[in-house]
Amino acid sequence: MAKSNKPLVWGPFAAGGTITAFVTPVLIVLTLLAALGYVPEMLGYENLRGVLAHWFAKLSVSVIIFLSLWSVAHRLRITCYDLGVRADALVAAALYLAAVLGSVAAVVYLARI
Amino acid sequence: MSERLVEVEVLRYNPETDSEPHFQRYSVSCEEEWVVLDALNHVKETIDPTLSYRWSCHMAVCGSCGMMINGEPKLACKAFLRNYEGVIRVEPLAHFPIERDLVTVIDDFVSKLARVKPYLIPKEDKPLSAGEYRQTPAQLKKYKQYTLCINCMLCYSACPEYGLIPKYIGPAALSLAHRYNADSRDGGREERAQEVAATEGVWDCSFVGACSEVCPEHVDPASAIQQEKIANMVDWYKEHLMPGGAK
Ligand code: SF4
Ligand code: FES
Repeated sequence: MAKSNKPLVWGPFAAGGTITAFVTPVLIVLTLLAALGYVPEMLGYENLRGVLAHWFAKLSVSVIIFLSLWSVAHRLRITCYDLGVRADALVAAALYLAAVLGSVAAVVYLARI
Repeated sequence: MSERLVEVEVLRYNPETDSEPHFQRYSVSCEEEWVVLDALNHVKETIDPTLSYRWSCHMAVCGSCGMMINGEPKLACKAFLRNYEGVIRVEPLAHFPIERDLVTVIDDFVSKLARVKPYLIPKEDKPLSAGEYRQTPAQLKKYKQYTLCINCMLCYSACPEYGLIPKYIGPAALSLAHRYNADSRDGGREERAQEVAATEGVWDCSFVGACSEVCPEHVDPASAIQQEKIANMVDWYKEHLMPGGAK
């Protein structure tokens, strides 16, 4: 049997899953802290904007956002299949496109900082 | 020893006389420490000799007594009656065609096992005089857990992907492929990849994890499949992205 090309889409899915497993809980804690009014000096708006002015920070954040969105898209694709939506090619195209568009939007936004 | 009256509801099907399967209920006087298999044996010996099911070892070794017990894939010889209340429903393993009563047709599984080449394909052929293929305890540990499979097929019954996609090679066969791929003496990974790296191989797995939950031998097939996915992903990127890597 021929080898599958699934690794192309699975690679970023696995990487994104691993990253979100670490990043998401941190983001939740920080958001909760911010909601309660505790914003450490270091994570203030001006400070973060300053950090994101650096090209390496822009690159890292873009990669993290792309991998996370891709991971969600891939997970949703499989969930759709398991729920009985068998138009896999269509579902895959729509979801992956959404992930790419989201990433492009993030890149555009970051580039303007 | 205390006795208890247990109601078992068994799925019956005789291809010669029945147009479709139906349930039959038996009241069995059971000993406290009996397992479901004991109850079935008691039925067969004292109530209904026509009841058909597979079993052999009665000690979770042969892997032949897998069946659905109250909807869950279990070894009948490991399912203690004391853990169940009320009527116990016994059915043949899900996702397999029924041959007769609790006996299923397992040809699909057996042919998939053979397809993954579940034997050592030595890296280097050396003459007998060169001595044995040596292995350190650490090298043994890498695959030992995956040698413990008893081919009971509970994982195939639990796997929703196998239910959806019958072509999927499935947990036990893929774990067995991984058992040899992870063996330091083996050099057959590329040959096995023809099956393992195909869509019907590891890529039909969506990591539900049910296989590992039901496995009576704690083989953890899901972990073998994920390790194979990572290895095959690395291979794929090497073959497609590295200069000169394309095959
Ligand atoms: S992996 Fe576990 S559940 Fe699956 S066939 Fe082997 S022993 Fe049975
Ligand atoms: S009878 Fe052998 S595993 Fe149950």
